[in-house]
Amino acid sequence: MNVILITVLMLGLLGAVAAVILYFVAQKFKVFEDPRIDEVQEVLPAANCGGCGFAGCRAFAEACVKADTLDGLFCPVGGNEVMAQVAAAIGQEAVVADPKIAVVRCNGSCENRPHTNMYNGASSCAVAAALYGGETACSYGCLGLGDCEVACEFDALHMNPITGLPEIDEEKCTSCGACVKACPKLIIELRKKGPKSRRIFVSCVNKDKGAVAKKACDVACIGCGKCEKVCEFNAITIENNLAYIDPVKCRLCRKCVEVCPTGAIHELNFPPRKEKETIAPVNQEKAE
Amino acid sequence: MKTFKIGGIHPPENKLSANKTIQVAPLPTQAIVMLGQCLGAPSTPVVEKGSEVKVGTLLAKSSGFVSANLHAPVSGKVVKIDEFIDASGYKKSAVVIDVEGDVWEDAIDRSTTLIKEIKASKEEIIKKIADAGIVGLGGATFPTHIKLTPPPGKTAEVLIINGVECEPYLTSDHQLMMEKGEEIVVGITILMKAIGVNRAIIGIENNKPDAIAHLRKIVAQYSGIEVCPLKVQYPQGGEKQLIDAIINRQVPSGTLPVEVGAVVQNIGTAFAVYEAVQKNKPLFERIITITGKSVKTPCNLLARIGTPFSQLIDFCGGLPNDTAKIVGGGPMMGKALVSVDVPMTKGSSGLLMIPEAEAQRQTIRNCIRCGKCVSACAMGIEPFLLMATSERAMWEEAESAHIMDCIECGSCMFVCPSNRPLLDYIRLGKAKVGAIIRSRK
Amino acid sequence: MSKFIVSPSPHIHSGNSVQKSMYGVIVALLPALAVSLVFFGLGALIITLTAILSCVIFEYVIQKYLLKGEPTILDGSAILTGLLLAFNVPSNLPIWMMVVGAAVAIGIAKMTFGGLGNNPFNPALAGRVFMLISFPVHMTSWPKPEILPLTYIDAVTGATPLGIMKEGLAKGDSLTNIMTQIPSFTDMLIGKMGGSLGEISAIALLIGFVYLLWKKIITWHIPVSVIGAVAIFTAILHGANPQAYAGPVFHIFTGGLLLGAIFMATDYVTSPMSKTGMLIYGTMIGVITILIRVFGAYPEGVSFAILIMNAFTPLINKYIKPKRYGEILK
Repeated sequence: MNVILITVLMLGLLGAVAAVILYFVAQKFKVFEDPRIDEVQEVLPAANCGGCGFAGCRAFAEACVKADTLDGLFCPVGGNEVMAQVAAAIGQEAVVADPKIAVVRCNGSCENRPHTNMYNGASSCAVAAALYGGETACSYGCLGLGDCEVACEFDALHMNPITGLPEIDEEKCTSCGACVKACPKLIIELRKKGPKSRRIFVSCVNKDKGAVAKKACDVACIGCGKCEKVCEFNAITIENNLAYIDPVKCRLCRKCVEVCPTGAIHELNFPPRKEKETIAPVNQEKAE
Repeated sequence: MKTFKIGGIHPPENKLSANKTIQVAPLPTQAIVMLGQCLGAPSTPVVEKGSEVKVGTLLAKSSGFVSANLHAPVSGKVVKIDEFIDASGYKKSAVVIDVEGDVWEDAIDRSTTLIKEIKASKEEIIKKIADAGIVGLGGATFPTHIKLTPPPGKTAEVLIINGVECEPYLTSDHQLMMEKGEEIVVGITILMKAIGVNRAIIGIENNKPDAIAHLRKIVAQYSGIEVCPLKVQYPQGGEKQLIDAIINRQVPSGTLPVEVGAVVQNIGTAFAVYEAVQKNKPLFERIITITGKSVKTPCNLLARIGTPFSQLIDFCGGLPNDTAKIVGGGPMMGKALVSVDVPMTKGSSGLLMIPEAEAQRQTIRNCIRCGKCVSACAMGIEPFLLMATSERAMWEEAESAHIMDCIECGSCMFVCPSNRPLLDYIRLGKAKVGAIIRSRK
Repeated sequence: MSKFIVSPSPHIHSGNSVQKSMYGVIVALLPALAVSLVFFGLGALIITLTAILSCVIFEYVIQKYLLKGEPTILDGSAILTGLLLAFNVPSNLPIWMMVVGAAVAIGIAKMTFGGLGNNPFNPALAGRVFMLISFPVHMTSWPKPEILPLTYIDAVTGATPLGIMKEGLAKGDSLTNIMTQIPSFTDMLIGKMGGSLGEISAIALLIGFVYLLWKKIITWHIPVSVIGAVAIFTAILHGANPQAYAGPVFHIFTGGLLLGAIFMATDYVTSPMSKTGMLIYGTMIGVITILIRVFGAYPEGVSFAILIMNAFTPLINKYIKPKRYGEILK
């Protein structure tokens, strides 16, 4: 009985002494922090993905609190909703930004873009890109080794084993931009998500001359300029044998999709066309 | 017997084409001269579509400090200056010449008489070497004239000639030493004059006793040149390793060999210098070893720059059926080619056809921390650590682990029992860290 | 057109593999196994087979069903762990204890950390120390060596030379007196003394050492520094007081020192990677072993010494770097 009493007393005493010491140490080393930083951090998604351009959610929260205006500060993962909460927490006006999403600008699947050699090095796009042009005759397109898949922290991007290309899960993509940074070939772009997620883009980044590009890949942009001519809104520019559709100017009329001879222009999430002549452009090309 | 002190491996030598007399390769029907053939900036073309050129006509001139002139390897007409797939599979600019006859520029002395007397002054020699577009023929293709002018404040004491040829399979330097020994030694005296040193040492590994004996006999007539036999060990042909082996000095990290008073030149370069200075012949052809375990007749060829590799392979008995990988250069540091249509460049020291059985890498397993890569590393760095940091994009850690010291010799991957892609990631890390270091300046 | 394979250099490989190294070590252990079969007979056979089988089975089951990966039991590392584990126990150990030891070695010391290459401690030693602490009686009663005995559990038990020494010194016997009770030097060389399965025969272990060096599986650094440190340390102690401390010969040839120095301390995964690091690691193992043997409670300390230094390996790897090219100047 005595032993137990002594033990309890000793431990209790030790605990009390430690608590007192801790209290004073904590007082001494106290750092003042704007309580709003914690508030802002609270509403952030806590993904620490770095999509905002800061080292993590905490750093972003600090930046928000310090900044005079929220212009230029945007959490792509949380979107406008979270930014509105952030703005409320620090008593500033929210700056509404267009929601974005990652798009893969390469359609060079194993079928469309035949292999001309076999890569046998480390399974990393960065290593392969530093070594050579890639397994196909197109030295611009997807290398298919999945650096973007590894970079994605939201499980929103997966390599399709059949096509050998990455596919983006629209539900999960937060447009943090990690895949864009990871891709050594710069084929992934963050584009305006568009109304009802509808968007049109050129799914090719090949800058070779038309004939060379076409030989390397069935669905390459050959820089023919048909889309540029048909576009009524001046949204399409052709540079270095490659068309680019400006997402801001594009009005989603889909005319360019119809005229593209190689089917390099993709439309997403549109309802099926009603008229007969506008079947999928790839089939059109084959029928001719 | 001398050798370098840190690390090193002994890959099987497989010198299949040893002692095969140098044969002259047939002229191509069309020569494709890549504009970027040396380390540094690609040359700027001075001819245009339709220009008639002779062998040795200037095609493109040096476009910066680190860059070299380029001369026509064949006579004929320039048909186009266009993009062409090079060894890396990327498209690069090239001058394409349709071959007509074999007319040489008049200034080139085509006789085989040996000219020992050096009339040119130091400055004239360096100018001639620069004009002739000579680059390091060991494979790094660094413009030679820059190497001959040490940065201000540094003086060279000794010229080291690299006759090591430590890469397995390759025999072009060996054969050149056997056949053109006299010319090489004259080339060395020219280089000595250009650098202003009175001592030169030729380093040759003792797996080439005939070359050691042959050159010893020749250098006996010259003062200040000696032959140094070296114990066989890879990567002895690395500049830093060779300096360590021969004069027992180590080049401090991040500096040039001249820091320890040495200038290193390759055997092939010495020969090219002889031809440029004494015979006015620009660099438009070189010796290349065509080899491989299934190649019918492995051989050493004197071939013109711009000849497609497919023609050279055909000359040596055609592409073996079981070829699964073609390497430009030796098996340790050479570059795998995407196609046989790639043309020869100044840096092409060999062409190796690897049969299917040896072409594939084995399954990658866990690192078992055996430390074999550390023991093999000739720079005394830690490949396993560099790979781990590069793989995880920890560039600061990679830099402080001295990733930039790596000479990419491949010894670490050669010995790794788990078949880990060490060098793949180290190379990636070097590129990233190099860019970070440059951006700081 | 045929498709060529493209990969970064180098394009040739030495043909080294994990498998080759592991089987090489197993071959090097065969002489010692043969000696233990001679002196411990049936018991040695049963224990060795049990250990190897249970290690391989545990590894297979864990890799396949727990980690849901591709089993790599053919790389030989589990077989080697089993063999080394068996070498570290008395030949009359009950089978179930052996199985528990194997479960700890593979399941806890190896696979929880991610399998081969990631374990901080030598699995066989971790298993052995677990058994030593859990079953102290069984783990410290060794059968007397006979020629090809067919008895197993009920073998006549005796003490190891180290045990005799510890007990004798504790009783206050003089060293000269104790030395008469321990086996002769030739017996120690051949292995005719009490002890764990694989540690008894110095000659057999040294043959294995030569084989490992010849096959370039290990370098001399760790074994030589362990044995060297033991020799120097005990020589100093012996010189200071010949009546209280045994000399280097006794310490080197008894107990698990040779087995530990040659086969356990040199385990790739848990030993340092640079040569200097290996020398420091080896020397420390030697010193700690003698500290435990001479001043500690246990008669034998090799296992503990190696495990302690295993813990220091990451630290050694971090601070002891190989000699870098160009470092000497400036």
